[in-house]
Amino acid sequence: MMSWLPENVSTYGNDIDRLFYLIYYITGATFFLVAVTMVAFLILYRHREGRPARYTHGNTTLEIIWTIVPAVILVVLSFMSQATWGHIKGHMPPADVHVQVTAKQFNWEVTYPGPDGKLGTKDDLEMENEVHVPVNKVILVHLKSKDVIHSFFLPNFRLKQDAVPGREIQAWFQATKPGRYELPCAELCGFGHSGMRGWVYVHPADEYDKWVKEHWPSA
Amino acid sequence: MSDGMSVAATATHVEHVGHEKLGFVRTYIFSTDHKMIARQFLFFGLFMMILGGLMALMIRWELAWPETQVPGTRWIPEPFMTDGYMNPSFYNQLFTMHATIMVFFVVMPILVGCFGNFLIPLMIGARDMAFPVLNMLSFWVGAVSGVVMLAGFFVPGGHAAGGWTSYAPLTAVTQYTGVNWGQNLWCISLIILGISSLMGSINYITTIVNMRAPGMTFFRMPLVIWSLFIVAILLLLALPVLTSALAMLLLDRMAGTSFFLPAGGGEPLLWQHLFWFFGHPEVYILILPAMGIGSDILAVFARKPIFGYRAMAFSMIGIAFLSWIVWGHHMFQSGMNPALGTGFMISTMVIAVPSAIKTFNWLGTLWGGSIRFTTPMLNALAFVSMFVIGGLSGIYMASTPVDIFIHDTYYIVAHIHYVVFGGSVFGIFAAIYYWFPKMFGRMMNETLGKIHFWPTFIAFNCTFFPMHILGIGGHMRRIYNPMQYEFLRPLQPVNVFITVSAIALGLAQIPFVINFFWSLFAGKKAERNPWKANTLEWAAPSPPPHGNFEAIPVVYRGPYEYSSPEVTEDYLPQDRQLARRHAVAAH
Repeated sequence: MMSWLPENVSTYGNDIDRLFYLIYYITGATFFLVAVTMVAFLILYRHREGRPARYTHGNTTLEIIWTIVPAVILVVLSFMSQATWGHIKGHMPPADVHVQVTAKQFNWEVTYPGPDGKLGTKDDLEMENEVHVPVNKVILVHLKSKDVIHSFFLPNFRLKQDAVPGREIQAWFQATKPGRYELPCAELCGFGHSGMRGWVYVHPADEYDKWVKEHWPSA
Repeated sequence: MSDGMSVAATATHVEHVGHEKLGFVRTYIFSTDHKMIARQFLFFGLFMMILGGLMALMIRWELAWPETQVPGTRWIPEPFMTDGYMNPSFYNQLFTMHATIMVFFVVMPILVGCFGNFLIPLMIGARDMAFPVLNMLSFWVGAVSGVVMLAGFFVPGGHAAGGWTSYAPLTAVTQYTGVNWGQNLWCISLIILGISSLMGSINYITTIVNMRAPGMTFFRMPLVIWSLFIVAILLLLALPVLTSALAMLLLDRMAGTSFFLPAGGGEPLLWQHLFWFFGHPEVYILILPAMGIGSDILAVFARKPIFGYRAMAFSMIGIAFLSWIVWGHHMFQSGMNPALGTGFMISTMVIAVPSAIKTFNWLGTLWGGSIRFTTPMLNALAFVSMFVIGGLSGIYMASTPVDIFIHDTYYIVAHIHYVVFGGSVFGIFAAIYYWFPKMFGRMMNETLGKIHFWPTFIAFNCTFFPMHILGIGGHMRRIYNPMQYEFLRPLQPVNVFITVSAIALGLAQIPFVINFFWSLFAGKKAERNPWKANTLEWAAPSPPPHGNFEAIPVVYRGPYEYSSPEVTEDYLPQDRQLARRHAVAAH
């Protein structure tokens, strides 16, 4: 079932997928055990004339075991998740490239800081629904919204972050493979929500330099 | 002390057993009899279930065959549909109202309104609710709320289209959705419904605390009464929070305030905190009664005491406490401080433990039983197994990193439907088949019941299980045309399969409707205790008259004494007095 996951092209995507698989195996095994036990009981203990039901009110040892075992598994799972969560969302790594993405009904406005590396200066460049980034570099996204809540979703990068009006939220990713990847909005944002979509272009280093030269010839 | 109080309280109710002959209006419409109010809630909920189900089918059609004519909808006018083609804003209205109706006007009225009302007095041995007039008002205020909600389809601009979660600022400003009075009516309707639920919950709590029959201690109550008691407390505490949030949203929309609007200094995330502070206990309000119903029915048809009665009661109490500190798991990707995400992840993982305990105890109840596969039992077993899937799929979202990917995808849609349809709705079916004889005095047809159950169970899984696959593929929720996205196109056959299954699931309900109405008028007359069960409602006639019992029963033991060695039959009703030495030995 997990083969339906979109191809992963980000550095931390594997960490997420690994946890995804781990939980898949744990829950799959649990479901299998519960289902087999249930079906077995339903067959073994179906009503038969002259075979009375067992008169019992429970078993304290069993209660303790099936309280502690799931609790331990779940707490361990929390700690394993925490490392990846902290890595992706906890604190932002030093950025190689900054991009500002401002969501609005129903487009992504992408602002590039230009050669000075600063947003909000004269050499900024704005594009609609196109994010151009180099491969193997840390991209820091400054996420804003002009109207309602949108959600910046990169299925191939295993990244999702809501864009909330009134604040700037930072998110980061690092691509491992050049290509063109879809950027849908994942939070209902109005009648045009379906179809609000941009593209992320991941360029190899030389191609990215060429793209930069094209748009900032002076630099 | 409470026994003394309950005797005093019931004594005041004995008198209105006397004046029986009430007119048509007082008997069927403005009735104060808890059993009639229960039936009113049931019919109200089933009617709304049909509406909500039809909306779901329209949503499914759109997803499988986007932007094609939806069959049988050419009568729906602009601006909703154009000659049978669905407009995107109407699609948004449909999923908003499908969820609103199913949560607030189907599952709550049936599980809490109908079965809460019907079962509480009968199962604790009372003649009626503590406040019969308040009870009547609770239903009629709820009905007004339903009318206001449906009226939203008939105002200019159409109905609310911001999702049942109604996230601000999308819902706070008319221009963002183009919906004006639809959204206002949505808020007003739910504020009214909050009043109805509040009246119901106060009544339930008061009745359970004060009006239990002599000998009915808290730990002799059936688990379904425990679940309804806990749900009433959750409702009492959670709904005022929703009501305040709705009032603020309405003020933002109509009075120019800025609670949720950043331009005026407001905070969009405030809505999410308030909504989910209500919304997560709400999820347990939807599932706890089904857990209680499942427990009772499992014990009856396994002919065995419930395994770990106290563990079952305490795990429900545990869920009730923990349900207040997990709301943030809906907000991991909202921009809330990631450190808070960590805290909510841990509390969410912990709340899975009581659910696990319950599942293992249900299995323990089946172990060594003498299982009868009646229709109520099949539905209760479906409840247990589907709830297991819904519970396990919740662990994926609890893990914050995995949630980054599956948040707002069909994985969530699969999860909620396994819990609310697989859990609550199979619980509803189990309860209807099981208590129908007591409620209407006639048996439902077992063969038709099985013809309803098996196709429903299979079509349910074919409909909702593949949604996990969509979610893993990254399919977003609430989109109207998946074909607009390149990465979703390979998933389209899954969407088609789901829609065909959903149509089958809808058709599978026809035997239920036939069975329900046919049995209502022509079913076999039910005896007093057709399932040979122990709890007090089966000590009353079928259907019970106004006042319920010929004499208030006295309770001698817990509700699950099946296959007890003390008696030769395989059941021992709570109110049967054994010879004295036995009565002592029983404790």
